Amino acid sequence: MFYRESGQFKTSYRADSVIFPILQDRLFVGALLLAALVVVPALASDYLLSGILIPFLVLSLAALGLNILTGYAGQLSLGSAAFMAVGAFATYNFMLRIPGLPLIAAMLLGGLVAAVVGVAFGLPSLRIKGFYLAVATLAAQFFIEWALTKFGWFTNYSSSGVISVSELQVFGIALDTPASKYVFTLLVVAVLALAAKNLVRSGLGRAWMAVRDMDVAAEVIGIPMLKTKLTAFAVSSFYCGVAGSLWAFVLLGTVDPQAFDLHRSFQILFMIIIGGVGSILGSFLGAAFIVLLPIVLNQAGQLLHGAVSTSFLSNLEMMIFGGLIIFFLIVEPLGLARLWQIAKEKLRLWPFPH
Amino acid sequence: MNPNRRIGDVVLEASHISLRFGGVKALTDISLDVREHEVLAIIGPNGAGKSSMLNVINGVYHPQEGEVRYRGQVRQRMSAHLAARQGIARTFQNIALFKGMSVLDNIMTGRQHKLHASLLERALWWGRAEREELRERCRVEEIIDFLEIQHIRKTPVGRLPYGLQKRVELGRALAMEPTLLLLDEPMAGMNVEEKQDMCRFILDVNDEFGTTIVLIEHDMGVVMDISDRVVVLDYGKKIGDGAPDEVKHNPDVIAAYLGTAH
Repeated sequence: MFYRESGQFKTSYRADSVIFPILQDRLFVGALLLAALVVVPALASDYLLSGILIPFLVLSLAALGLNILTGYAGQLSLGSAAFMAVGAFATYNFMLRIPGLPLIAAMLLGGLVAAVVGVAFGLPSLRIKGFYLAVATLAAQFFIEWALTKFGWFTNYSSSGVISVSELQVFGIALDTPASKYVFTLLVVAVLALAAKNLVRSGLGRAWMAVRDMDVAAEVIGIPMLKTKLTAFAVSSFYCGVAGSLWAFVLLGTVDPQAFDLHRSFQILFMIIIGGVGSILGSFLGAAFIVLLPIVLNQAGQLLHGAVSTSFLSNLEMMIFGGLIIFFLIVEPLGLARLWQIAKEKLRLWPFPH
Repeated sequence: MNPNRRIGDVVLEASHISLRFGGVKALTDISLDVREHEVLAIIGPNGAGKSSMLNVINGVYHPQEGEVRYRGQVRQRMSAHLAARQGIARTFQNIALFKGMSVLDNIMTGRQHKLHASLLERALWWGRAEREELRERCRVEEIIDFLEIQHIRKTPVGRLPYGLQKRVELGRALAMEPTLLLLDEPMAGMNVEEKQDMCRFILDVNDEFGTTIVLIEHDMGVVMDISDRVVVLDYGKKIGDGAPDEVKHNPDVIAAYLGTAH
């Protein structure tokens, strides 16, 4: 009843092309951001921050990266974790080899390195499509994991292959508490999500979607295939790379190729499939689903503690998790973001549907 | 026929085009020319090579023999997007819209060549990026007005009925501000009113913007009404070329296509 756009008239194309054209949406998003930025760090426990919220934010960013490539540009990829690894290791090496380099600069450089690597592994996309391309990106996953383990230079010849990160500070503020790490992650993710939204509503986003929906027609109306696809790979890998360095630096405090294995790539792919392919919001919803649901199920399982054996309980969690994924895909193949959109369309009419 | 319409010089000249797919000869030694500001119809039975001819003209197919000369420039191998940059636009027989995008976004893709903002400007929605988006939006709105599709501008094209999708596809081609517009069966599957609307749009485009139009159409009434000249293909060969009335009485054409009165 309160979700109405009546009375909100657009009198310029500028006003018509804003990200949230409906006033209520703007208020809601603003309030949500404010709450996440002010209320959550003050109230949340350390476990909630570093065990749930930071992983959720970082994986949202990685899912956003994959969504740009797969959801918007239509290029299926199974190498997102590899590009995260490139970002993490590149950031680490920049910090290590250029003393005094600020964290943010190192992360941006790490993202750029990931973008370059992404473009290199995106080159096959000019010839192959769909599942075949997914297999080609799988090569990136295996190759990068192998290279990072094989060549000691990347890990600074640390014997275990695990490297620890010292001093973390941004503009002189040390990131030493879960709350400060959370706020930093939130800001990075929010800025990059805004940038992603701007990109997909610009001409570049339209070119991506045109290539996704019908590549012959895209070429006939003058969209260069090579440039469009490779830009998608570059931007997507940049996002994954930044997510990777956040994962290593802010969350784990160590960098380890094992943290970015094929399992992680699949996890990110599931996030966008469940959240919504071709939707910025979907990346966040999907990450929330994949990260939060096992925890919720686990907590719910604790209630049964004692009644059934622990191993049965963990198997049950997995089964419910898998069942829910299938359920959501049957109910709405376009993901949670689509459900959200349908709910909003219904809400605009409710409670007077005529 | 509009007396003001001035048919000018030859703008596109295809000479001795032969196109084969393996053993299948799609086009054999076809020469045709297109004059400025004219409406040229290509007709012929199914499989005559009409669509292949359009694909050769805008660079999707590369003929084994022959050359295409557009505005004095010869090209043998050219990618479709370079042809687009030269001002050749087209629509497809089976609608080739971008299904996941709105009408507005679909037509906006036709303005792609006018957008030059850098990646960073686009990410920030700042400076050139925003200026260009708004400028092109104005231009696209003119096309939306022209085609009378204001009410559906925000609708995803996948949800539109067939006739409107065809109209949106014409809009996307017009957004490229083409000098040569190729229309592959723009009226297939339409009812009479939709056909009349489409004819009106095609003639208006030709009149107001002076766009040269090459169209493939099966509806003989439409072809004879709106075209200045008709080229007839059959089995990949050209069997007729001339004004509609001439072609209508050409015995080869009658035998191959129009059929004789019994």
